[in-house]
Amino acid sequence: MAVLAVLAGVLIFLAVEGGPAVFYKQGALPAHATSFWQLAGPLAFGSLWVAVIALAFAAPPAIGVALAATVYAPNQRFGRLLAAVLDLLAAVPSVVFGLWGLMILAPLMGPVDAWLGRYLPWLPFFAGPPSPTGRTVLTAGLVVAVMILPIMAAMCRETFALTPTTLMEAGLALGATRWEMVRWAVLPGARSGMVAGAMLGFGRALGETMAVAMVLSPTPFLVSVNVISSDNPATIAAFIASTFPESRGKQVGALIGLGLVLFGVSLLISVIGRRIGRKAVPA
Amino acid sequence: MSVTALPMGGGHTGPGSDFAADAAVPPMLKTSGPSLWRRAKNRLAAVAVVAAVAVTAIPLVSMIWTAVARGSQRLDLALFTNSMYGVVGQGGGLLHALTGTVLITAATATISVPLGLAAAIYLTEYGRGQLAALTRRAVDVMVSIPSIVAGLAAYALFSMILGPGTRSGLAGAVALSIIMVPVVVRSSEEVLAMVPGDLREAGLALGAPRYRVIRRIVLPTALPGLTSGAVLGVARIIGETAPLLLVAGFTDAMNYNLADGRMATLPVFIYSQWSSKGLDAAAYDQRAWAGALVLMALVVVLQVLARALPPQIAKLRRNR
Amino acid sequence: MTATAPIPTATPSLGLAALPIDPDQRKGALGQISLRGVNCYYGSHLAVADVSLEIPPRAVTAFIGPSGCGKSTLLRAINRLHEVILGARADGSITLDGANLYGNGVDPVAVRSRVGMVFQKANPFPAMSIRDNVLAGLIIRGQRRGSKVGDDLVESCLRRAHLWDEVKDRLRKPGGSLSGGQQQRLCIARAVAVRPEVLLMDEPCSALDPISTLAIEELMRELARDYTVVVVTHNMAQAGRVSDRTAFFSVSGAGQPGRLIEAGPTADLFSAPKVPATRDYIDGRFG
Repeated sequence: MAVLAVLAGVLIFLAVEGGPAVFYKQGALPAHATSFWQLAGPLAFGSLWVAVIALAFAAPPAIGVALAATVYAPNQRFGRLLAAVLDLLAAVPSVVFGLWGLMILAPLMGPVDAWLGRYLPWLPFFAGPPSPTGRTVLTAGLVVAVMILPIMAAMCRETFALTPTTLMEAGLALGATRWEMVRWAVLPGARSGMVAGAMLGFGRALGETMAVAMVLSPTPFLVSVNVISSDNPATIAAFIASTFPESRGKQVGALIGLGLVLFGVSLLISVIGRRIGRKAVPA
Repeated sequence: MSVTALPMGGGHTGPGSDFAADAAVPPMLKTSGPSLWRRAKNRLAAVAVVAAVAVTAIPLVSMIWTAVARGSQRLDLALFTNSMYGVVGQGGGLLHALTGTVLITAATATISVPLGLAAAIYLTEYGRGQLAALTRRAVDVMVSIPSIVAGLAAYALFSMILGPGTRSGLAGAVALSIIMVPVVVRSSEEVLAMVPGDLREAGLALGAPRYRVIRRIVLPTALPGLTSGAVLGVARIIGETAPLLLVAGFTDAMNYNLADGRMATLPVFIYSQWSSKGLDAAAYDQRAWAGALVLMALVVVLQVLARALPPQIAKLRRNR
Repeated sequence: MTATAPIPTATPSLGLAALPIDPDQRKGALGQISLRGVNCYYGSHLAVADVSLEIPPRAVTAFIGPSGCGKSTLLRAINRLHEVILGARADGSITLDGANLYGNGVDPVAVRSRVGMVFQKANPFPAMSIRDNVLAGLIIRGQRRGSKVGDDLVESCLRRAHLWDEVKDRLRKPGGSLSGGQQQRLCIARAVAVRPEVLLMDEPCSALDPISTLAIEELMRELARDYTVVVVTHNMAQAGRVSDRTAFFSVSGAGQPGRLIEAGPTADLFSAPKVPATRDYIDGRFG
C-alpha cells in the first residue's frame, strides 16, 4: 500500500518531468544534442559497456571468494572473516571508490594501458591511443568491478552454502579431488544462484554513478569499444550527475528522461535476474 | 593400482595380492592416485581461489591504507569544529557536512522505517492475494532503482510542488528514502517471518485481536532483528552521493534547516573537495580523504552495531 | 577369519575392453581391511577410541551399536571421508590388502577410488540424468562417457543394482525423479561403477520403506560375492539377515569415546555374545 504509493509516485514524477523530453529538439537538450535519442543511445551504450567490463572482471573473483568462504575455508572463523571483509567492501561509499580509482588505480593503470596499446593494438578494445593518465573505460570498469564484487560474492556464497553436505561427500566418496567435487557437486546446483548474482551485480554496475563520473572524462556521443583511450563514452548515470548542476528548465527534463531510460534498463536486468534466480535447479 | 603403487612399509603381505589387484583393475584406476592432470587442475583451482581472495582484499586494504595515510593528516579538531565557510586553501572542516549527513540520515530513517515496517507487517501478517503480490513486486522494482534515479524522482517531486530548481535537505531525505524503504521492507519481512507461528496462535487463542497480537507479541520478539535491519539500511544510504548531489546540493556553510536551502553531506563534501579544488590542491585532497576516513568509520561503526545488537537485546529479554 | 566367500586366487587379467562388472574378472582384488588402534577425533574430542578389527573380503560386516557409539564415524574413517569435516581427523592404521590408507603420501582421493560409499540418504546428483549419475565417478574424473563402452557400463551397473528394468526407458531423466528406494539403488550403481574393492554403507535403508529395504538387503548379499561390504545399521534384525560378521560398538557415557566391544561371526555374536553389554543390547535392554 504505502510502498505502492511511493513507487507509483516515483514513476509519476519521473514520467511527468522526464517523459516529454523524448520529443525535445536541439536547443532544449544538454550538450547540444539534436534529438533525445541521439543523446540517450551512446550514453546507454556507455553504461552497458562499463557494466559488461565490470561484470567480466568481477565474476571470476566473486565466485572464487565465495568458494573460499565456503568449500575451501580451512575453518569457520576464516569463512566469517571473509564475509566481514566482503560486507566492509560493500559498504565503502561509492564516492570513496571514485577517489581511490582516480588517485590510486588510474596512475597504476596508465602503464598497463600503454602496454596493451603497444602489444595488442589489433584488438579493437586496445586500439588506443593509450591514455597517459589511466582515466579510461578500463579503469572505470575495474573500479566498478570491485564495487559489485561483494554483491555477487555474497549471492554466490549463499547458494554454495546451500549445497547439501551429502552431495559433496558423494562426490568425494567417488574419488573426486576437491576441485572435481566443486565442479560436479557444488557448481551445478548453484548455477541459477550465480547467474542471479551476476545479474544483480550487472544492475548495480549500470546504475553506478560517482565512481564512473569521477574516473572518466567523457566525450559526448562517442560509441567505442576502445577501453584504453582518453576519449571515453559516457554512462547515463555519470552524465546526469556531471551535467545536472549546470542544467536549467527543459535540459533538466531531458536528464530526467535519461534517468527513465536507465531505470528501464535496470528494471529489465533485475527482472531477468530474478526469473533465473527463482528457477529451480536445471535438470 | 592406486595406493599399492606407492612406497608402503609392510605392504604386499598376501601372496600375489599386489599382482592380483593390478591384473583385475582396469587401467583407468591403475595410477598412483589421481592423474597428474587431475592433480594439477585441483591445485590450479586452489591457487585461483586464493588469488580471488587476494584480488578482493587488495583494493580494500589499499583503500583503507590510503584513507588513513592521506586522511589522518587532517584528522584534527578543526576538522570537526569548522565548516568550509570562507575557506580557500588550508584549514576548514567538515562540521557542516557531518551535520547535514546526520540530519538527512535521521530524516530518512524517520520516513523509511515506519513505512518499510508497515509494509513488512502487511506482507507477513496480512498479505494474501493480489494486493500483496503487487506490493512484493513493487518492492522488487524499488530495489532495482539506481540511486541517481531516486535523486531525479525526488527532484521531480519537489520541483512540481515548490517550483523548479529547489534544493533542500528534505528532498535529499526523500531521495534516500526511495532507496532505504525496500531495504527495510526486505530485512523486516525476513525477521518477522522468523517469529514462530505458534507464538501468534497462542496470542490469538487467548482471544486477542490480530493487531494487538502483532504489537504485543510479534514486534517485541522481532525487535532486535528489526533494529539491526534498520541500522544496516542506514549504513547502506549514509554513503550515497549521487542523489544528494542532485537534490541536496552543496554548500560551504552550516545549515540546520532540512526544509530550506542546500545542505552539505559527507559524501558530497568528499566529491566537491575533489571536483572543485582551490589554489592549494593538496589541502583539498587531504580534506577529501579525511572525509572519506570519517565516512568509512561511520559505516563500520553502524555495521558493527547492527551485528552486535541482536544478541544483546535477545539476552536482555531472556533475563527479564 | 570367517569369510564366507572363499578367498580367490589370482587370475590373469581379461583386460579393459568390455568393462563388465563380471565377478570373474575381479577375482584378483581382495579387499581385506585391517584396523589397528584407530582413533577418530572431532577437534579435540575423541569420538572413537582404539579400534582394532579385521574385516574379511567378500563378506558383509555389520557395525551395530547404540546412537553416538561412533560406528558411522569409524566407517567414514575407512575411506578417509571422516577427515573432510572441519577439524576432524583419525590416527592409527587402516590397511587395505596390506597398504596403509593413512600412510605418508597416500592421497585420500586414491583411497576413495578403491573404497566406495553409499550414504544414509540417497544422494544422486540432481543436475545429472540417471545415466550420468551411474557414470558420475568417471565424469568427475574427466573420462569419456558418450561411447558404447559407457552404455555397457551403465547397463551392467544398473543390472547389478537391480534397477535396469525399471529405468532402462528413461536413462536421460534426472536422478531425482526416482523413488527413494530406486534412488538408493542408483547410488549403489554409481558406487559400483568406479570399481571399488570395498563398499561402505552408512545405514543405507534407514530412510526406506520395508519393501525397498528388502531389495537393498538382497542386493548387499549379492554384492558381497565381489566386494567387501561394511554396513552400519541400527536395525538388529537387518544385521542378523545380511551380515556374515558383526562388530558391536558402545559408549560408556556422554562425552566418552565409542569403543569396539565385541566382534565375531554374526551367528555366534547373536546367539552367544561373550560380553554382557552385547547381550543386553541384542536383547533390547539397552540402546
